[in-house]
Amino acid sequence: MGRIQLSQVSKVFGDVEVIPPLDLDIEDGEFMVFVGPSGCGKSTLLRLIAGLEDVTTGSIVIDGSDATTVPPAKRGLAMVFQSYALYPHMSVRKNIAFPMKMARMPQDEQVRRLEAAAQVLNLTEYLDRRPGQLSGGQRQRVAIGRAIVREPAAFLFDEPLSNLDAALRVGMRLEISELHKRLQTTMVYVTHDQVEAMTMADKIVVLHAGVIEQVGSPLELYRSPQNTFVAGFIGSPKMNFIEGPEAASHDAHTVGIRPEHIDVSSGSGTWTGTVGVSEHLGSDTFFHVTVDELSQLLTVRAGGEVDLHYGDTIHLTPNLDHLHRFDERGLRIS
Amino acid sequence: MARSVKTSRKAVTTLVAGTLGLLMFFPVLWIVILSFKSEGDAIKAPLAVLFSTDWTTESYGAVQARSDYLKHFSNSVVISFGSTFLGLLVAIPAAWAMAFVPGKRTKDVLMWMLSTKMLPPVGVLVPIYLIFRDLGILDSRVGLVFVLMMINLPIIIWMLFTYFREIPGEILEAARMDGASLREEIIHVLTPMAIPGIASTVLLNIILAWNEAFWTLNLTSAKAAPLTAFIASYSSPEGLFYAKLSAASVMAIAPILILGWFSQKQLVRGLTFGAVK
Repeated sequence: MGRIQLSQVSKVFGDVEVIPPLDLDIEDGEFMVFVGPSGCGKSTLLRLIAGLEDVTTGSIVIDGSDATTVPPAKRGLAMVFQSYALYPHMSVRKNIAFPMKMARMPQDEQVRRLEAAAQVLNLTEYLDRRPGQLSGGQRQRVAIGRAIVREPAAFLFDEPLSNLDAALRVGMRLEISELHKRLQTTMVYVTHDQVEAMTMADKIVVLHAGVIEQVGSPLELYRSPQNTFVAGFIGSPKMNFIEGPEAASHDAHTVGIRPEHIDVSSGSGTWTGTVGVSEHLGSDTFFHVTVDELSQLLTVRAGGEVDLHYGDTIHLTPNLDHLHRFDERGLRIS
Repeated sequence: MARSVKTSRKAVTTLVAGTLGLLMFFPVLWIVILSFKSEGDAIKAPLAVLFSTDWTTESYGAVQARSDYLKHFSNSVVISFGSTFLGLLVAIPAAWAMAFVPGKRTKDVLMWMLSTKMLPPVGVLVPIYLIFRDLGILDSRVGLVFVLMMINLPIIIWMLFTYFREIPGEILEAARMDGASLREEIIHVLTPMAIPGIASTVLLNIILAWNEAFWTLNLTSAKAAPLTAFIASYSSPEGLFYAKLSAASVMAIAPILILGWFSQKQLVRGLTFGAVK
């Protein structure tokens, strides 16, 4: 079991309210991702759940019992840190066994769990090495191994992939998702990378200045963002926002249209523009186009083989079914 | 890119550095030379002393015959090691608290501790002497261990504080998440990671305590007198006996010099720790 309920939880550091009171319910077995820009309070929220920080107000209930003032070790949660936080003076074996040693688990049980974790994480041949002798990906796996052996009620991940290079990150992302499918344990994952959030989460919490902007499945957030912040944060490249007469013609203060929802043509279209910088990804090409009718820059997506160059004239047609409308406060108009 | 340096410039720099090094080391060398001369030779003009080839160990014999070297030596060992280890027991938890759970006034507390080192010791000599007299711990090892622990405590805490701050807080948090109690966290994680820092703190403080001469001379007379008092006893009213004084000095500084020599790598690392990351 691993249900975590936060009610009216807030955190104040000195005079700064980092997290205004918020409510959140994390279901058992869910993969929940906290995403937001740097300084939005997502790591603080995770540390409050872990017990590494004390809440200023509110309560945290884990599996039905109040854990608000329970010390970290007694909450039954395991955490994987951004810096891996391995014990440099211990071998991989001792690192993974450390939480079991602290729990005074019988020796044979320790060995069984250690071997199982090493097997799952492909660490068997590295057990006698020190963390300093491992690559970044291997260190991250040791950190995950140390969390697994505790068989926790929930795993907490604090930006675990941000120290890895891009290729490794994609691999580890899959491994963590795979692990979640296999263990079916609640996972709470903090990241500033919306791609990680979209690809891994069952449910995403978008945070901004300590406030929950929206909670929902990745596709819910993508399809119907509740405000301009979520709309701009989720999706890559980010959504184009248009204000002024064009927005007014749709009865809105701001309209948003994603790059993939604008058709590109060299013949004709609603808008005409000039191609600026283009980014070729192979499968797709993103053009930054200065649109004459709107006097602003839009990002649009085209196929990978489109032959357009800097300075070429281009015609754009927005797909109105995918137009998002927002009022002057930035809230969605349904 | 490495800068290119002319050979002539290198030679001059080496010469200047070598001369400076020799100048600094010379007094110690001079003491060693004098200690192997007879009293008659020792008071001759310096050049005559340097080039005389009569070497003798009579001063060492005379010193051992006159005073009990081993007793002073064992007092020095007990006082310097005792005060350092007692200091560690107090300093590790104190430095832990200040490094990992700093409060609003942690910096002030650290400065206050350091400020106690700015006070001239003689300023508190009379009260401490009277307290020691009333407690009956004048000329006792216990008293000296205590007073040297107290005067070196600010340095021990400062050094440990600096080392502890280099240890990432996340590792201690990981230990806490892994179920370690505060005691287990300090024993299994913090201390092993800080061993290099603790070792250099221990070494430096043993050396400081070994060489401490103000309190050891003022608070002891015979029973607990360490090697500093042993040297001092050779600048006596009977006159200066250079050779014997030198022999006594060599015997007093040799143990600590040897300890320092073997642990210099550790010491240098400790003293420059955190200077360059």
